[in-house]
Amino acid sequence: MNQAAINPQEPIVPMNKVYRKRLFRHRVGIAMSVLAMSLGLAVLAWILVTLVINGFSALSVNMFTESTPAPGSEGGGLANAIFGTFMIVGLSTLVSTPIGILAGMYLAEYGNENKLAAVTRFVTDIMLSAPSIVIGMFVWAAYVATTNHYSGYAGSIALALIAVPVVVRTTDNMLRLVPSSLLEAAFALGAPRWKVAMTVRLRAVKAGVITGVLLAVARISGETAPLLFTALNNQFFSKDMNGPMANLPVVIYGFAMSPYDNWRELAWGGALLVTFSVLALNIISRTMFSQKIPN
Amino acid sequence: MNTQLSPEMTTAPAGAGKRTTIAISNLNFFYGKTQSLTNVNLNIHERQVTAFIGPSGCGKSTLLRTLNRMYDLYPGQRAEGSIMYRGRNILDAGQDLNMLRAKIGMVFQKPTPFPMSIYDNIAFGVRLYEDLSKGEMDERVEWALKKAALWGEVKDKLTKSGLSLSGGQQQRLCIARGVAVKPDVLLLDEPTSALDPISTSKVEELISELKQDYTIAIVTHNMQQAARCSDYTAYMYLGELVEFGETDQIFMNPARKETQDYITGRFG
Repeated sequence: MNQAAINPQEPIVPMNKVYRKRLFRHRVGIAMSVLAMSLGLAVLAWILVTLVINGFSALSVNMFTESTPAPGSEGGGLANAIFGTFMIVGLSTLVSTPIGILAGMYLAEYGNENKLAAVTRFVTDIMLSAPSIVIGMFVWAAYVATTNHYSGYAGSIALALIAVPVVVRTTDNMLRLVPSSLLEAAFALGAPRWKVAMTVRLRAVKAGVITGVLLAVARISGETAPLLFTALNNQFFSKDMNGPMANLPVVIYGFAMSPYDNWRELAWGGALLVTFSVLALNIISRTMFSQKIPN
Repeated sequence: MNTQLSPEMTTAPAGAGKRTTIAISNLNFFYGKTQSLTNVNLNIHERQVTAFIGPSGCGKSTLLRTLNRMYDLYPGQRAEGSIMYRGRNILDAGQDLNMLRAKIGMVFQKPTPFPMSIYDNIAFGVRLYEDLSKGEMDERVEWALKKAALWGEVKDKLTKSGLSLSGGQQQRLCIARGVAVKPDVLLLDEPTSALDPISTSKVEELISELKQDYTIAIVTHNMQQAARCSDYTAYMYLGELVEFGETDQIFMNPARKETQDYITGRFG
């Protein structure tokens, strides 16, 4: 009882050895996590800064109004490629969203009790990691080679093959988060299975499923390899999806290593456009449609 | 709710003179190979509240879930014996489960509002089997919410999400949802265990209100609750029905020592 003045620096309870050791390990762990995160962020920032520096000067009204320039001509824009990308990605989203969501629902409903569903899930997982160039070659062999011409439709098919497994997997995963108590509550009212699946289960994870679709769109809008084999490219503005169509990734690929300054500049501009659109899609899906886990 | 105990009542056979809604006989239940109900025999009486009490894992929820064949959702669970309802055995393979469940409603331990508006939460079940006009549906929703003593609190926000309500309100919403389809029987599986005392007492009042029109079976961990709200009580232990009788008799003068030990808190 003879402690005189209280030193405010002293902790109330002195640290013991176990705690000190654990605290040390905690700090090492945190330091490594922060380091890993900064490394990732630094690379991302580097990419974005490079894109902005090189691509910003290409951003102009012309980029959105004029089509890709002929070799040796001045100026030009990306209007045909932007439109083509919109059409090809849009159509493949329209096709892959219903297929993906329905397949995901099938997996979530019957995945545990059915051989076919187990096989479907396995194949979906393989498709998720299939190299996109293989998918491009496949569609080339199956569609382009039989119809004898490159086309926007072929591009949409190739991209849909990439998008479907993404939508299937996220839908399946999200639906599995729905607690059985919620489903039982619906069944307890006498609701048939399809009604429970469509109106209660799917609705409970609507935001998560939309996120899956948006992420799939983000994923396919930058794909190059499948389009090289399918949609190819088109120097002119074309609305005909049954013929070769310009699109941003292939134009970037072709223009980036060309000898013409205006082409290279357009390639940077296109890259900037694609990257920031994908970034925006990611941010939208993670903020506006963030899925709360249903109770 | 009787508080007075008359000695004659305790000797009367359980449910004499009352109409039986559900007659359970020789019921056995299996989760895979594990048997969790053994030879249960019990009658649930019309417009009476029957409470199931017993320690965790004694099979009371399992028993309740056989009454609307909720177990059927899960492969590997099966029931044997007979549960007679409206002259038919519920356990028969050919039963239409959707129609059965529309008549034998259930409210669960955790509130489970559907991810839709308060109005649609109520209308969901009604729309399944009835074709009502907008006006009739409005009336039905109001009626059900009034039955569940929730109307006053939600009448100005029927279009808001059911998830925006408090826990106690959500549970009453679930009860209203069950009532709205006008079932014969309501099964309540620990309906108040996630609720605070005020919400609990509201739900209990509701139960005594609802038994005017419905046959109610309730599983509860709370023995005072069983004593307060029920007319009949079944004490279960390790998958067997130990004792079943009028609530007053079970609580004041149980025939079996195990029952007495449980309700006096010496066990369980």
